[in-house]
Amino acid sequence: MIKRFWAIYLLALMAGAAAVVAPVASLAQEPLRIEITNGVIEPLPFAAPIFEAETAGSEQLARDITALVAQDLTSTGLFREIPAASFISGVSSFAQPVAYADWRAINSQALITGAVSVNGSQLVVKFRLYDVFSGAELGGGLQFAGTVEGWRRMGHKVADAVYSRITGEAGYFDSRVVFVAESGPKDNRLKRLAIMDYDGSNVQYLTDSATIVLAPRFSPTGDRVLYTSYESGFPRINVLDVASVGRQQLTTEAGEMAFSPRFSRDGRQVVYSLANGGNTDLYITDLATGVHTRLTSAPSIETAPSFSPDGTQIVFESDRSGSQQLYIMPVTGGEPRRISFGEGRYGSPVWSPRGDQIAFTKQNAGRFHIGVMRTDGSEERLLSASFLDESPTWAPNGRVLMFTRETQGATGGPSLYSVDISGRNLQAVPVQGFASDASWGPLQP
Amino acid sequence: MNRYITGLILVGAMGLSACTNPDRFGGGTTDPTAGTTGPSGVAGTDLGALGDPRSPGYFQQAVGDRVLFEVDQSTLTATAQATLAGQAQWLLTNSDYLAVIEGHADEQGTREYNVALGARRANAVREFLISQGVPSSRLRTVSYGKERPVAVCSDESCYGQNRRAVTVISIGTLG
Repeated sequence: MIKRFWAIYLLALMAGAAAVVAPVASLAQEPLRIEITNGVIEPLPFAAPIFEAETAGSEQLARDITALVAQDLTSTGLFREIPAASFISGVSSFAQPVAYADWRAINSQALITGAVSVNGSQLVVKFRLYDVFSGAELGGGLQFAGTVEGWRRMGHKVADAVYSRITGEAGYFDSRVVFVAESGPKDNRLKRLAIMDYDGSNVQYLTDSATIVLAPRFSPTGDRVLYTSYESGFPRINVLDVASVGRQQLTTEAGEMAFSPRFSRDGRQVVYSLANGGNTDLYITDLATGVHTRLTSAPSIETAPSFSPDGTQIVFESDRSGSQQLYIMPVTGGEPRRISFGEGRYGSPVWSPRGDQIAFTKQNAGRFHIGVMRTDGSEERLLSASFLDESPTWAPNGRVLMFTRETQGATGGPSLYSVDISGRNLQAVPVQGFASDASWGPLQP
Repeated sequence: MNRYITGLILVGAMGLSACTNPDRFGGGTTDPTAGTTGPSGVAGTDLGALGDPRSPGYFQQAVGDRVLFEVDQSTLTATAQATLAGQAQWLLTNSDYLAVIEGHADEQGTREYNVALGARRANAVREFLISQGVPSSRLRTVSYGKERPVAVCSDESCYGQNRRAVTVISIGTLG
């Protein structure tokens, strides 16, 4: 395999052309770039030799951080790691010049080098990214400083930088997800709020499991979580402060039941469903002024609202047509416009942080799907199918969705899955035990 | 001897059925066989003497504390109306009881919609009871959506049991 690459390389050199190695023909002429499209994509091969341990005793940390960076990139389905066994030469020192020929020879189009140093509880991680076939660095070297305890976050930040330089998109690895951890038998399920890194690590519990908790939703900055709680005996909305884990009930418009809350993009308002006399409508409460505004007044069910990123519109589900469908209406009020027209029922819509798409749950012919459509309802695409998929949530860069998949039967239970917006790369999120109702938080500063 | 054992089993079964809703009073116990005492201080319902028509046990078993619904529906079937007429009669006779009507849905739907559907079902029961003369101040509604199934298989034989509204009675004020 390597001989053939050398043969092509030498041939191209002799012909006076720039180095060309299949499958990406003109890579040397253009910047190293993955265009994320809906078409079939060949994962970009990269090499990440173990980061240099600059201080004694930091070798394991260097190995762990390097592995985490590689894992983040590989998990996107857009990158493929070249194993160390294939390396012709390694990188013994972060400061040494790169022998590009050695990396071209094994078709490593990107090279990530790094260094780790530990001083007491302080950790410093440095990295450089090289476009191998152009023979130059891609972007400048970066250094992150923090605590040893936070090593995973720094690894994620390195991976986010590599990802964004090569794809042109913001990353999503240094982020957290709030969800419901479930346990026990199906007819007496215990539920508690939990938070974790996007990759399933560092799970911490935010509530106990004394009462039912449902559908937590992150604030835009990730500092608070809205959720529905049965601790009063009736569904009510609580606001929980993530740092202190303190919580209080949200004062909503008076009603029998309040549920399905979401923050506005500036974090100052909450939109939610209120049930009164058996009828469920949408309301907005301004957190600063306490003013409640009624958004819908229909005898149908209106629920699962989600703000547009610019804060001017809301997408929600309603059965006013006779079955659950998706509607968009201005925040200031006005006639909702239906956007779902396919066969089946649509629910739990969520507006992409990029503003261009709505993710949703679709139910048709006994199957559930996660799907996306444009905000005018066009270009509907289904990304998953199973007995019960529901409740999608967007990664902060709008390229990946996480959702709940529940298996059937008495012993069935929910797990979290993620899928690329193109429908590729469906995979389980490795969380122990049952998990549901994920809400993906922002990229952390 | 047989009647004694039957009586014991009946009491045992009713003891369990009194505690099928540990969440109803908020911070309820997670042990389904324990008594239900929540932070509101409302004690579990004494089922009363076996066979006493004024007892909660009688309400649950003889009158029938629940009605079932068709898929996606909150309309009351003729059977449901007959059961509810009996419930109304009992509530009018035993005027020191209050009721919380719980609405439920099966798992074939999204979470929020099922909470709203449960609310519709609970309210349908409430309105029927009111139409039969039960004062509205004695009735409250709550929805559990699909969160509290009584039957756990994933086909219609279980779904049909889960699409229900249960009238849970108790003595005391709801505050």
